[in-house]
Amino acid sequence: MAEAVSAQTPSLSEQYHLENEVKQVKESPEESSEEETTDEITLETAPADFRFPTTNQTRHCFTRYIEYHRCVAAKGDDAPECDKFAKFYRSLCPSEWVDRWNEQRENGTFPGPL
Amino acid sequence: MIVLKWLFLTISPCDAAEPWQLGSQDAATPIMQGIIDLHHDIFFFLILILVFVLWILVRALWHFHYKENAIPQRIVHGTTIEILRTIFPSLISMFIAIPSFALLYSMDEVVVDPAITIKAIGHQWYRTYEYSDYNSSDEQSLTFDSYMIPEEDLELGQSRLLEVDNRVVVPAKTHLRIIVTSADVPHSWAVPSSGVKCDAVPGRLNQISILVQREGVYYGQCSEICGTNHAFTPIVVEAVPRKDYGSRVSNQLIPQTGEA
Repeated sequence: MAEAVSAQTPSLSEQYHLENEVKQVKESPEESSEEETTDEITLETAPADFRFPTTNQTRHCFTRYIEYHRCVAAKGDDAPECDKFAKFYRSLCPSEWVDRWNEQRENGTFPGPL
Repeated sequence: MIVLKWLFLTISPCDAAEPWQLGSQDAATPIMQGIIDLHHDIFFFLILILVFVLWILVRALWHFHYKENAIPQRIVHGTTIEILRTIFPSLISMFIAIPSFALLYSMDEVVVDPAITIKAIGHQWYRTYEYSDYNSSDEQSLTFDSYMIPEEDLELGQSRLLEVDNRVVVPAKTHLRIIVTSADVPHSWAVPSSGVKCDAVPGRLNQISILVQREGVYYGQCSEICGTNHAFTPIVVEAVPRKDYGSRVSNQLIPQTGEA
């Protein structure tokens, strides 16, 4: 029973989307990079996260924001592997919050672990 | 004409409140269908219990009328009946609780990864919606405000206190994640046809998952006293076919945000 469960449960790194590219719901067959010009846009967003299974998603947004900035700090500004975290936190966080946190980071008063 | 109207009313789904409405609005999501079914299931047993209790009551009043039965019997104790009338109601409550809890826990279960995320931010007294899945920077955001259309600006056929200038466009038959929050005081994002009522609390993000099963326009109202214009902050969700969603979003919403 225990083996069956562990076989089904994804590994920690998979759950946290740290290593593998995330499998997201892709609706349109062709990839459209410029969504404003084409009618077909890819329907994709931050996936459900095992760490935040409840209605309260406040920490989900905050964690994704921190993850992005730690990723950038570790791998450099243009690291392509950080882009997905940016997409996730932009999908989850209200832009007002992101603006405030960006400001706090510039001032050095950001409360999270960066 | 009246027959036609009745036919029309029964055929077309009811997605907004209507005068003298007694029942729920028609379901647009599996959750709402579950709520309606649970209500009907419980109501069946409720009627049975009601008839049974009324029958006992009327029978007691009838048979123990003071003219019929001038000297009442003084029975103060009966072990069998007391056990029965304790066990049976508690069993009934338990049997009601099983489907009720099943529905309750299925409601906040995130089963699959959603396809889009929409942020609904309550303000005094309007709603801001953000579609940020397509953003490539923090500044660029697909954001618009949704204000109620005042009574004098309504066109023929529009619902009073329910229409808004910018509707939330969502794709039908798609798993949606709605992030509900507020920027000032507590609001509530409620759409009865979707079976959704979620408090918008400042500083907190509440998530609800919905799957709209049919295209349509769904109306809801603020459900948390949020100030003077609480009654004038409606919610309108427009579910469009999935293939049209992309063009609706890119054509309708992006030019507006471009101007702003």
